[in-house]
Amino acid sequence: MAHQISVFAENKPGRIEKITRLLLQGGINIRAITISSANGFGVIKILVNHPHQAYELLRAQGIPTYLQEVIAVVMQDAPGSLHAVAQVLSENGVNIEDAYGFVIKSGEMAVLVIQVESQPRAQSILERNGFRLLSDEEIYHL
Amino acid sequence: MYWEKDLEIMPREELVKLQRERLHKTILQAAKTPFYRKQFAKLHITPESIQTLEDLQNLPFTTKEDLRQGFPFKFLAVPLEEVVRLHSSSGTTGVPTVIYHSAEDLDRWTNQVARCLYMVGVRKTDVFQNMMSYGLFTGGLGMHYGAERLGALTIPIGAGNSKRQIWFLQFFKTTAAHILPSYALLLANLIKSEGLDPKKDLNLRIMLIGAEPHSEETRQRIEELYGAKAYNSYGLSEMNGPGVAFECPYQNGMHLWEDYYLLEIVNPQTGEPCASGEVGEIVLTTIYRDATPILRYRTRDLASFIDEPCPCGRTHRRISRIQGRSDDMFIVRGVNIFPIQVEKVLMGIPEVGTNYRIVLEREDYRDVMRVEVEIKSELFLGDLQKLERLRERIQSELRSEILVTPEVSLVEPGTLPTQEGKAQRVLDQRKF
Ligand SMILES: [Zn+2]
Repeated sequence: MAHQISVFAENKPGRIEKITRLLLQGGINIRAITISSANGFGVIKILVNHPHQAYELLRAQGIPTYLQEVIAVVMQDAPGSLHAVAQVLSENGVNIEDAYGFVIKSGEMAVLVIQVESQPRAQSILERNGFRLLSDEEIYHL
Repeated sequence: MYWEKDLEIMPREELVKLQRERLHKTILQAAKTPFYRKQFAKLHITPESIQTLEDLQNLPFTTKEDLRQGFPFKFLAVPLEEVVRLHSSSGTTGVPTVIYHSAEDLDRWTNQVARCLYMVGVRKTDVFQNMMSYGLFTGGLGMHYGAERLGALTIPIGAGNSKRQIWFLQFFKTTAAHILPSYALLLANLIKSEGLDPKKDLNLRIMLIGAEPHSEETRQRIEELYGAKAYNSYGLSEMNGPGVAFECPYQNGMHLWEDYYLLEIVNPQTGEPCASGEVGEIVLTTIYRDATPILRYRTRDLASFIDEPCPCGRTHRRISRIQGRSDDMFIVRGVNIFPIQVEKVLMGIPEVGTNYRIVLEREDYRDVMRVEVEIKSELFLGDLQKLERLRERIQSELRSEILVTPEVSLVEPGTLPTQEGKAQRVLDQRKF
């Protein structure tokens, strides 16, 4: 099981710099980061090597931070592999709330991070269909 | 239950009789001051002709501006050597208003505050931490002497310096506190950031909140944060200071001490009396003060009468919580808005944090009202859509309260500026 931290940030210069600096100072490595924003504010989602530690660290700074479980699926970095994951989930009626991916080795391996409503069920569906899911440690050691 | 039972539950007819006697003495005192002597002469009024509240209403209002013009001695009714203290507030123009107190005046005021504190349950066994400014401002000293009169262990810590406040709260197991409502909200956050729970790790049971208008929602939030009862306190330096009106344990309106003041509530535009329940400006006449008598003082504070008898048995009439100040109202696109209306909406939404700010700007000759709202860290669940829905909800609830659609921005907790622990609520950057 992988974990993701989400951070509330206003759309102002220096917000991402501040968060990445705090994580760097805390000796935490960032594996992937994605930002979505709306009216003047946004949510930064981050995958790190030590999510619990990162969560405590940001909370202690008074930054609204949330720690949650996500599914990290290993994919071929090839056309059609994202579709394969989406298809399995959709056939089983699982709705993807949010997803983002990052490439580990170009042309070979990528990771898709997905957030769904019923995490354990989605996980078991993917595993039964032969997908490999990653834990926090595995993400870090990729 | 009562500090002075005979006075607090005095039948109305007797109370009115007592008011007449005291009004009479007050008018004689007023006639000794240069300001009222001149006014009475100009209006051909003799002190004997003013016996009742109705008679009094023939006199003009006294305003803050009058007090300023009267600086330094035009409202003084006793020889200066009889004066033992003065309190002063500086106005925006820089000319201060001054209120002088004789030894007896101070004694009465102290008794008045002790009456309030006793009413809400403060006793000599309490440890009372007074987190208000001392000095010329009356909030600190006024409450201080009342608490001492009760025999409570009184800590004159003053305002600000949160670390020290927290240390005293913990070390002396403070049970009662006098605090600004906005500071109570801020302080709770600071207490939490030290790893403490204001509810579990402190011993507060009674909080007296006053000196700035606040909503019922804010009071409830303070009570939840500290696990204490919070009582609304009303006062102003021109009328002594804290203790003018105070909530009883029923927390439904504030009893205004009518053996100390004559109370009127008037329409701020016309000066005509308001009906019960109708919001207007509080107008007060001191009837139990010798050194600085003030007749029909326009407080600028807005409230309404509550006419029904109170279950606590006190016969002194109640006023609603302060709905705003007739001079802190601001106008956006022609609509009158009071900051307290915004506060009421925000403090009623659980996801909203403890601080907010109203920013007024002018873009292309059009007013823009922006409300910056801190979100509550604990309720952030990493979801952008939930935040956007929260933002929309705040916007629509504000629109139905103030009839103007404001821009709403969500901001990180602890990022809005505060001044000396007092939140800055309205920032008007419009240039007309
Ligand atoms: Zn009562």
